[in-house]
Amino acid sequence: MSERTDRLLSIADDELVLGWRNSEWTGIAPFLEEDVAFSSIAQNEIGHARALYELAARELGTDADALAFDRSPDEYRSAPLVELRRLEWARTIARHWLYETADAIRLEALKRSADAELAGIAAKIDREEVYHRIHAEMWIDRLLGSEEGRPRLDEALVELWPYALGVLDETLRPELVRRVEAKLGRPMPDADPVSRGTHEEELAALLEEMTVVRRSAPAGARW
Amino acid sequence: MTHVYEVFRQERKGQPLQHAGSVTAPDERFAEIYAREQYGRRQESVALWLVPREAVSEVAGFPDEFEMKYRRVDGYSIKARLREARERAGTLQMAPGAGDE
Repeated sequence: MSERTDRLLSIADDELVLGWRNSEWTGIAPFLEEDVAFSSIAQNEIGHARALYELAARELGTDADALAFDRSPDEYRSAPLVELRRLEWARTIARHWLYETADAIRLEALKRSADAELAGIAAKIDREEVYHRIHAEMWIDRLLGSEEGRPRLDEALVELWPYALGVLDETLRPELVRRVEAKLGRPMPDADPVSRGTHEEELAALLEEMTVVRRSAPAGARW
Repeated sequence: MTHVYEVFRQERKGQPLQHAGSVTAPDERFAEIYAREQYGRRQESVALWLVPREAVSEVAGFPDEFEMKYRRVDGYSIKARLREARERAGTLQMAPGAGDE
């Protein structure tokens, strides 16, 4: 598999798995407006995954659904950060913000790519991600400014930090450290990145649930 | 502490903004995101206005003690009469829709 396809699948898998994880809040988010907004963001991520899978599928001679649903868990290239199941709001917001910050850095690099198709899709995705970042940052500001929120967010950020570092390769990682520290106004602990290539235990259950319709109707489910 | 923001939505450029509903949010920043996701994610709007409910002044009370039916226009065709009146006043060209005829 080419380096290009590998790169496409890494981002697509991140977006699909995170989209799925975020959608686990649908119906149970802290309040109605947030429920709608967070679910909509989850749908956007899955839309980005589809666009990226379509590009990869062309090179691999398959289709986006097959890439999204028919691979075995160890074939996914998702970063462990997005695989974690942390159905607790402070952790969800911490992960959301860390991911969006890392994703922005990754998209900026991709937008500068000499490969016009990659640069184009990155620019297209980024035009939606802008609003995800605004959403993530307003929540971070809100939690940092609250007596109850700040310690809970801090705890979550420290727990997730090694995972966040694992979203990016070594060349882009320093920029993530710089942006996160600038926003929080304090240094983050040194940590060994939990990198792509290993998977969290929770991923298997997620894929099991995510592919159940696909497996029950191999000829294609209809609504 | 949350606030209610009334949301006005424009479906297409040039059309009036119409009341779409409201969002409840802790501040304007949250309200903007929530309005975008609730009233814009399906491409149903080209513009949204947010108005804090506290900024809305209500006009209430419409007494009609003497049933002044002659003030209503039901069943009363004014188009032709209006045209005649405008002709007399010399304001026909200024009338709305004058260019259409």
